[in-house]
Amino acid sequence: MAAANTHRVSEQGVNGHGVTVNGAPRALDGTDPSTTTLDWLRAQGLTGAKEGCAEGECGACSIMVARPTEGSGTQWTAINACLVPVAALDGQEVVTSEGLGRPDSLHPVQREMAVRGGSQCGYCTPGFVCSMAAEYYREGRCAPSAAPSAAVPDPSQNGHEPAATANAPGRDADSEQPDHEHGPNGFDLHALSGNLCRCTGYRPIRDAAYALRQPAADDPYAARLAAAPPAARATRLDGATGTFARPGDLAEALALLAEHPDAVLVAGSTDWGVEVNLRGARTPFAIGIDRLPELRTLDLGEDSIEIGAALSLSEAEWGLAGRIPLLDQMFPQFASRLIRNGATIGGNLGTGSPIGDTPPALLALEAVVVLASADGEREVPLADYFTGYRQTVKREGELIRAVRIPLPLSEVTAFHKIAKRRFDDISSVAVGFALDLADGVVAKARIGLGGVAATPIRALATEAALEGRAWSAEVVREAAAVMRGEGTPMDDHRASAAYRAATLGTALLKLRAETALQQEVGA
Amino acid sequence: MSALSERPANPVVGQEIPHEAASLHVTGEALYTDDLAVRTHGILHAHPVQAPHAHARVTRLLTAPALDVPGVVRVLTADDVPGVNDAGVKHDEPLFPSEVMFFGHAVCWVLGETLEAARLGSLAVEVDYEPLPSLVTVREAIEAGSFQGGQPHMERGDIEAGFAGAAHVFSGEFEFAGQEHFYLETHCSIALVDENGQIFVQCSTQHPTETQDIVAHVLGLPSHAVTVQCLRMGGGFGGKEMQPHGYAAIAALGATLTGRPVRLRLNRTQDMTMSGKRHGFHAQWRVAFDDSGMLQALDATLTSDGGWSLDLSEPVLARALCHIDNAYWIPNVRVNGRIARTNKTSQTAFRGFGGPQGMLVIEDILGRCAPQLGIDPIELRSRNFYTDGQSTPYGQPVRHPERVAICWDQVLTTGDVAARKAEIAAYNASHEHSKRALAMTPVKFGISFNFTSFNQAGALVHVYKDGSVLITHGGTEMGQGLHTKMLQVAATTLGVPLSTVRLAPTRTDKVPNTSATAASSGADLNGGAVKDACEQIIERLRAVAAGRLGVHPADVRFSDGHVGKVGGGDTVPWADLVNQAYFQRIQLWAAGFYRTEGLHWDSTAMHGSPFKYFSYGVAASEVEVDEFTGAYRLRRVDIVHDVGDSLSPLVDIGQVEGAFVQGAGWLTLEDLRWDESDRPTRGRLATQAASTYKLPSFSEMPEVFNVALLERAHEDGAVYGSKAVGEPPLMLAFSVREALREAAAAFGPAGTSVDLASPATPEAVFWAVQEARGGAEPPHMTAMVEGAPGMEPDQPDADAAPLRPHSEQAAQPARAGT
Repeated sequence: MAAANTHRVSEQGVNGHGVTVNGAPRALDGTDPSTTTLDWLRAQGLTGAKEGCAEGECGACSIMVARPTEGSGTQWTAINACLVPVAALDGQEVVTSEGLGRPDSLHPVQREMAVRGGSQCGYCTPGFVCSMAAEYYREGRCAPSAAPSAAVPDPSQNGHEPAATANAPGRDADSEQPDHEHGPNGFDLHALSGNLCRCTGYRPIRDAAYALRQPAADDPYAARLAAAPPAARATRLDGATGTFARPGDLAEALALLAEHPDAVLVAGSTDWGVEVNLRGARTPFAIGIDRLPELRTLDLGEDSIEIGAALSLSEAEWGLAGRIPLLDQMFPQFASRLIRNGATIGGNLGTGSPIGDTPPALLALEAVVVLASADGEREVPLADYFTGYRQTVKREGELIRAVRIPLPLSEVTAFHKIAKRRFDDISSVAVGFALDLADGVVAKARIGLGGVAATPIRALATEAALEGRAWSAEVVREAAAVMRGEGTPMDDHRASAAYRAATLGTALLKLRAETALQQEVGA
Repeated sequence: MSALSERPANPVVGQEIPHEAASLHVTGEALYTDDLAVRTHGILHAHPVQAPHAHARVTRLLTAPALDVPGVVRVLTADDVPGVNDAGVKHDEPLFPSEVMFFGHAVCWVLGETLEAARLGSLAVEVDYEPLPSLVTVREAIEAGSFQGGQPHMERGDIEAGFAGAAHVFSGEFEFAGQEHFYLETHCSIALVDENGQIFVQCSTQHPTETQDIVAHVLGLPSHAVTVQCLRMGGGFGGKEMQPHGYAAIAALGATLTGRPVRLRLNRTQDMTMSGKRHGFHAQWRVAFDDSGMLQALDATLTSDGGWSLDLSEPVLARALCHIDNAYWIPNVRVNGRIARTNKTSQTAFRGFGGPQGMLVIEDILGRCAPQLGIDPIELRSRNFYTDGQSTPYGQPVRHPERVAICWDQVLTTGDVAARKAEIAAYNASHEHSKRALAMTPVKFGISFNFTSFNQAGALVHVYKDGSVLITHGGTEMGQGLHTKMLQVAATTLGVPLSTVRLAPTRTDKVPNTSATAASSGADLNGGAVKDACEQIIERLRAVAAGRLGVHPADVRFSDGHVGKVGGGDTVPWADLVNQAYFQRIQLWAAGFYRTEGLHWDSTAMHGSPFKYFSYGVAASEVEVDEFTGAYRLRRVDIVHDVGDSLSPLVDIGQVEGAFVQGAGWLTLEDLRWDESDRPTRGRLATQAASTYKLPSFSEMPEVFNVALLERAHEDGAVYGSKAVGEPPLMLAFSVREALREAAAAFGPAGTSVDLASPATPEAVFWAVQEARGGAEPPHMTAMVEGAPGMEPDQPDADAAPLRPHSEQAAQPARAGT
């Protein structure tokens, strides 16, 4: 493996702006707020990362960026280079497939991918390698008892099992084991949910992932984990057609926003990046808010849990550590790991989209949006936040600082997402449920819906049809009929209006069937 | 055993080795066309102006405003074309159209110093359109009588007699969707002009020679003035067989006019809205069975949705007709084909090339009819398999039909099918809200280009005087492992280690007049040519070795880098022998050539033996369907597939798995939606990005995936006993669709016949479940009808012309552009 520090060191930019790529600083001058990290890397001659879709769906552009852990260390975090403006990485440290290894000294991830037939055309491969390497280095990935090297034969060794019996290790075809998505080495297959391959059918890539061991003691990228990533510094880059500014704190951000009311607020850039790449959106002024300390808090209080708006969904997922089961159901269904590593809850609410995945869940949780402006803060129940198609109560000069979820949580919660594809798809319909059951009676029902109206909505009529009544088959059937009529679903390329209405109608039935099953299992 | 198929001792072919470029792939070092742009000084970038109408006349085109945009260098229009304004071999694809034929059709191209400048320039170009009436769906085209190309007719036996005596007659209609290739690398060309006017095009093309032809005729140059090179492609799947030519020509035209290198790379949305896809089809059919479920007659009319131009629609349709039998003997057959002309992208080659569409029709028929016949689908299918001595409807004897039965039985055994069917029945009895099913389907797929002339290939093999070997051949690498196999073939034939042989990229000035790397034929054809070249060199070296070793030339053996005699004894290192031969003035390089023998095909009569052999395979798929949503999981897949004696097992397993998942994507997930409304966006592709057009991801991979290659499967008459692998396994995915149908049916009473839309998205499966439970007919489906004589499919007009013979097509003169 190539050591991180063996690469040619290029000159630091005259004004000091730069990104450390594969251990070497590279100057960052004159880039516009719309210049993506991918285009910048490729213009540098680092053409390993590819453009497959330019909207964060295929992962061919995946790179690793050094991000802070909850403690004081670094987590190698895979992101879509096609979405993030390179200006947002000023002062940061990234690794590409070229940095991980060379053809004559392959990184362990690269070696497993190569010898197992994990690449065919090879175009998606550098991205897969970066996503896989990030999971390879994830702290606490490997269960110590696992012995992956024995479980997945290595075809480069003599006397191996032929690839013809290409089965996952330890997987019994008839077992009821619910989880086919974790390897014996602790590898979470969802780490690759944002990477598409059109050639292999994925089996050899899974085998490569599940064959990885622990990083070697002298692995420079593993050694890097103990130290902190570069601090997120305040910066301002002026390009030919616009400016990217990263304020140092919230007050500075709000002052900039007051000065530039039309500025684009950029956190993970998973929505803005798509607008730039696919719809030609450009801005003269972008404000990076993803590193603002005031927006990166996670307060686990007695009466509520407050999630900072600029925490990535991955950070929120790991920080919450299962405290909000409804969100735990939602997280793996929210886009892909690559997107969740950049996308924020604040961003998902900020766009005001009717098909975002967090609103139905947060509506069911009766979340409150905390809006900050130069005049101070105000709180708006999420149910009152959306006012129309991509319209919200958020005023000029305001930004979302946090989302607050009141405690205690309801005992019966579920997140149903209807989509064509199980990993990484956009909802046709999404439903968040939060029900309090007392002695078999529905004491409280909160149901959030996405994809069935111009905004995310609460299923108020259905809630009313349930509350105060027995959680019986008959009542649920009646309420399901009510729910079928919620919203104003429409026909589009994702689903027909009839299907949307029909699955609204079956969602409660499905919830009750699942609940009954859980109770049986629990009994 | 033939000389072509016989393997020497310890061959390099058959070894399980990774892709030859794997270590370059995983490190990001492998170069694709667009990666050359940053390495090319002074390069210009091209951006299209795409029309916002499904069908319109261009009444005014004003390019001057674009030139006012900083960084814009030039706008390319029809007036700039020195040769023929045409991008296709059928001469019906104006490169710069005056009549817009589909939503997103490029009317002109802007060249800029940066891509951003070219993009802004394209927004500044002013175009006026006169909208014209448009046909968007295949049904609209059928009603309007809008067809293009020939209308093939294939017939055997006495169709009316087949129906007259039959115990069961069913008829129905079935319309199914096409598929976007979604190669991860979009179309890309980079063109340069040298000081002598020689054009050099780096192009992601499966057909460099045809790209060269089109570039030459657009520029008005002879072919020797144009060289096309393809380093590798980031996937092709047929989408780069004919579609790259126009883009290459634009880049070459730009380079010619500006004297600077020009890069034309489509972004994903441009690629999806401008380039052709797999044809969707409409099928009308009636079918007859006897009392025991044996097929008696099939009468069908297939209408493919060809899009705006003819492209490869005729041979695609011919292959669909030739595969409507799949693996089943049908004594009386009549199939008519026609190509709808619609205002969509020009549909084109896609892995399987019409075969999947033809086979889907018969598999859909069997799946729908089995419950009505009261016969288990596994039994119904296997009863109807071809047996020895039978011929296809187009008259080709079916050789090795027993291989289907062998694969079938092996899957039954290794897949533990009987026990699992019992478990599934128990599961379904105890689960109200989810149902499982297991279905098996076979594949029989003909290998060779239907177009006989394409079944030829060339290679160039150089042995340098230090013993190292450089090979070039006419095939292109798109991830299918062709180059890996060719290295193995060369090493085997020369008797040297794999490390002795290196492969140079495909280019038209090394090997001329090549065929498309398509029809799964790459290894068969180019392998034959590489082997031929290597054998010529070996024959020359044999004489040198005989003298040095003092043996008869026939007794010289080349093995693992050493040259010796039969039976052992002293050997000479390969490099020493080569060096000695050089000093003896022996020619150490050779051009190889191969053509497939024994093919004959009458495209007008749709009769003959167009295929060298058939590839076979069988799959069993088990699914679980959720009642509430129609969502499903692919629980387990077992496959046995026939690749002959595998040239490269790791590569072949990869092809089988990848093709299967891609086929499952076509049949279950990938949903091309076009705006069929009367709004101004009529004809627009609604699913034009990765966010809206979903390909299989990890969640669609079978949870358990067992793939085995059929053993003892030597194919006499093919290179080292191997068989083609690229396309046939795609069609193993029918088993997934049939399993979904049966799982949906399991929500209804026993014997329920279910109609299932294609693709079988969760929504489509949901409606199928509703139908099984006695609800309404699923949307977009037409109920099957039982009872004689059935609804007769549309018959061709009396004046409909059949497909023309290839010789006549080739002789057609080029037509000036519109």
